[in-house]
Amino acid sequence: MNFDDYRGVWIFIEQNDGKIEGVSLELLGAGRKLADKLQVPLAGFLLGSGIKPLANQVIAYGADEVYLIDHPVLKDYRTESYMKGVMQLVPKYKPEIILYGATPNGKDLASAVATDLVTGLTADTTMLDVDVDNRLLEASRPAFGGNIMATILCKKHRPQMATVRPKVMKALEPDTGRTGKIIEESITLKEEDMRTKVLRIVNDVTKKANLADAHVIVCGGKGMGDVQNFQILYELADTIGATVGGTRDVVEAGWLPHELQIGQTGETVTPKIYFAIALSGAIQHVVGMKNSELIIAINKDPNAPIFDVATYGIVGDALEIVPKLIEQFKQLRNEKGGELSYARKI
Amino acid sequence: MHIVVCVKQVPDTKIIKINPKTNTLDRRSAPAILNPYDAHAVQEAVSIREKTGGTISVLSMGPPQATAVIKKSIEIGADRGYLITDRAFAGADTLATSYALSKALERINKELPVDMVICGKHAIDGDTGQVGPGIARRMDIPPITNVIEVSEVNLDEKTVLIKRKLSNGYELIQAGLPCLLTVEKEVNQIEYSPMPNMIKAARYEPVIWAVSDLENVDRAQLGLKGSPTIVGKMFTPPRPEGGKKIEGTPDEKVKQLLDILLEQKEVLTLQSSKQ
Amino acid sequence: MPEKFDVIVVGAGPAGTSCALVCARNGLNVLLIERGEYPGSKNVMGGVLYRAQMEDLIPEFWKEAPLERPVIEQRFWMMDKESVVQFGYKGLEWGVEPYNNFTVLRAQFDQWFAKKAVEAGALLINETVVTECIVENGKVIGVRTDRPNGEVFADVVVLADGVNSLLSKQLGFHKEFRPDEVALTVMEVINLPKEKINDRFNLEDNQGCTIEIFGDSTKGNLGTAFLYTNKDSLNIGVGTTLSSMIKSKMKPYDLLDYLKTHPMVKPMLAGGESAEYLAHLIPEGGYRSVPKVAGNGVVVIGDAAQLVNAIHREGSNMAMHSGMLAAETVIEAKFRGDFSESSLNLYRQKLYDSFIIKDLEKYKDAAHTFEKYPQYFKEYVPMMNKAMSKFFTVDGTPKREKQKEIMKSVTAERGTIKVIQDIYRAWKAVK
Repeated sequence: MNFDDYRGVWIFIEQNDGKIEGVSLELLGAGRKLADKLQVPLAGFLLGSGIKPLANQVIAYGADEVYLIDHPVLKDYRTESYMKGVMQLVPKYKPEIILYGATPNGKDLASAVATDLVTGLTADTTMLDVDVDNRLLEASRPAFGGNIMATILCKKHRPQMATVRPKVMKALEPDTGRTGKIIEESITLKEEDMRTKVLRIVNDVTKKANLADAHVIVCGGKGMGDVQNFQILYELADTIGATVGGTRDVVEAGWLPHELQIGQTGETVTPKIYFAIALSGAIQHVVGMKNSELIIAINKDPNAPIFDVATYGIVGDALEIVPKLIEQFKQLRNEKGGELSYARKI
Repeated sequence: MHIVVCVKQVPDTKIIKINPKTNTLDRRSAPAILNPYDAHAVQEAVSIREKTGGTISVLSMGPPQATAVIKKSIEIGADRGYLITDRAFAGADTLATSYALSKALERINKELPVDMVICGKHAIDGDTGQVGPGIARRMDIPPITNVIEVSEVNLDEKTVLIKRKLSNGYELIQAGLPCLLTVEKEVNQIEYSPMPNMIKAARYEPVIWAVSDLENVDRAQLGLKGSPTIVGKMFTPPRPEGGKKIEGTPDEKVKQLLDILLEQKEVLTLQSSKQ
Repeated sequence: MPEKFDVIVVGAGPAGTSCALVCARNGLNVLLIERGEYPGSKNVMGGVLYRAQMEDLIPEFWKEAPLERPVIEQRFWMMDKESVVQFGYKGLEWGVEPYNNFTVLRAQFDQWFAKKAVEAGALLINETVVTECIVENGKVIGVRTDRPNGEVFADVVVLADGVNSLLSKQLGFHKEFRPDEVALTVMEVINLPKEKINDRFNLEDNQGCTIEIFGDSTKGNLGTAFLYTNKDSLNIGVGTTLSSMIKSKMKPYDLLDYLKTHPMVKPMLAGGESAEYLAHLIPEGGYRSVPKVAGNGVVVIGDAAQLVNAIHREGSNMAMHSGMLAAETVIEAKFRGDFSESSLNLYRQKLYDSFIIKDLEKYKDAAHTFEKYPQYFKEYVPMMNKAMSKFFTVDGTPKREKQKEIMKSVTAERGTIKVIQDIYRAWKAVK
């Protein structure tokens, strides 16, 4: 394998029903920085049916090139058909880095592709950088569910691949004036060769408990003591129109269902206001909430790492502070009438 | 119907602690357990067998003491178990792991043809979820990840109907057998194992294979040697500056916080209930 | 068809595992049922393992068992609020084979010990609660567990289900224990680097030290506290009888916090990190509380039979020994093919012939005496501290005069007759 043959940073552009996933746009932003450092073009690669119109959007968000395969069999994501598409492009154009969003489909595709390309893949990355001299991708992720990051390298194989957590990287402001090259590849795929069929796709947003869309989140940790104490967080949330979430510990303890877990193995959230209550701030939690606009931490332990990411911190017992907070909010509501909710300052 | 479930022994990350000074794992307090997602995978195989009949084999790679997770799988209801253990497997990343497991699956398949492979969504000590799809590719069978329901198994048609979780809902997939599933926790509830299973598991001696028991193995693809990824460094990310601590008595603290939320930043506002 | 075993042992603590090990070694078909996730996960003891009884079961166990440190020093502290009177013994002979005793972490040791029983052929089943004994025609013929199809049968059921033995209570072997028959012990494991432990306790390499603390460690209540050295952690704990806890309206956690921040203790723990927290009941009723221990098809061993010597803090050794005696009895009963109460009563006899009941008999009034007359803990420990302080303070007063003053203050506080009564009563209780 001649490493010099491999050049360029590629982003898998995940689209569903002709709409590009947010994480793909974020990755174009992150990939732009890597490509600039390595002085190579940034490319997006796009698979699907009737997806050509999306190419310009990919360029507007920072790509220099767009590789696309448009085929009816690629209408819905399937591992086997999409893999074939990737295997058509990658060995031919030889990018040195490929990034995928760590979504169910992105992870599925990357894992399958890595096996066929016989190369390394780092999962659920939250920090990306490159060692320019060695042209090495430095993909870092929280390890052991704890307070530590591991940087994973792939020194002897190309391309270097990673899946990246959604909502961790920042997308660029789209620039519709940008221009780029669009390269279309053709592929031979037959529906009758496919061993899987997507019968139906059901968009079910209610089940997500709206954590992803919430403007205000009240997140509790194991420090609440027990499930009874945890209930006061619901009262606080009701008072200020927030949604309740929890840490991994809380979910593991069965106080909350899994879909309300915030962190590395749960949801990544970016609300306007994030209350971090009685949680220490382990890295695996912090990666799921640190991009929130305003973070308020309440914790007994003045040295809890959550105070490092918090905009404002209160050192104190949540069981004392939270009821007072609820009381104050309620009093205010009673005095002035109306409901509390988030509103952007104009 | 022959279902093979791939399972892994993991340190219980709920309990695991990191020594803040040395940045190393404090394994002393972390018992080794059956990866929770894999327990759901075994349970799902048991539910399928209830409908179709057949055999459930479990397969694991790990040190000799990983027989414990095979016994645990027998408790849940598996019929038999295989452990591949060899120094040559040590230090494997996901690529080398899927290679080794696929070689063991080749041998199992020869003994009794495999109709379905089930894995957990990911292992809680690595959180990658890459081994399952890797195995599927090596066996050249379709992988279906993030499964939340196995709706139907049709042995005559050799098809399964699967609900697969997506970022925004789910999809219904029909797949031909054999195929590989990786399951989410939602897929089922682990049942409390009946006493006869417990006794069977306590007596059970898993089949143990070393590399030499597997056929056509390219040793260069095993363990550390066969792993393209390496851990470059471990670090605690630089602690950010941190925000402002609100001082005072508890009442004063709450008052100040209210001021911040309502007045200084005006991020929370009162809206008339009439609106 | 439910299985039938020779023996079912309920509880894989030191007692149950010992019994299962010996039975299995002698070719019996043994089922060992543990309620915890693994043996040791639910167990608590201060953490001292006595060598002698363990060696009866596994010769030279120290060569492979997960032990923390051999204890070469035992200290006793009579502690007041800001002072302590100490005595003890340190001997290097305890640091070499065959050793005297060891500190252990139960979660590790019990797992290893149970593995030995499994290697001998016993079947171990975890996470299973035995809900009751199956009784037919007045004879125990098996157990019912909380699992589906949960019945299992055996010639003999050995109850090693711990201090609150519900199973032997169901059989009418004993009544609910009174609060003065059980102590509640709370314990914390505190991680501390090995070098720090060795410096603070004046130890070298892997030498271990135990400290038993009386007096202010329990705020004067009946009970003791302890501080033991592990490899790179400390076990600190405190236990008092439930009755004194109820009487003084104390919470065990508060007591442990109080102990940890006590000026005599705090420096030993400084910089340590709390790793684990455990609470457990310990039977301390002694001789008078030992229940019926054998019935038709059933025997009771270890804590379940209240076999603990509270004064010397011996329990695990008695548990192991009772397990071994029960196993011997069961093996003989199997040989005779007779599992009736009269056949199994041989175990009771063995128990009474052993050091276990002899020791319990010796101290049969001790706990009772100390609980009934709280002055031993509440008044004499502080008095002793004051006396020492006075005696060793160099202020120009002649020593003989100091002695007189001390005696005077002692008798002044309690009265001469009372002091004599107290001494006699204490001597009688432990003679």
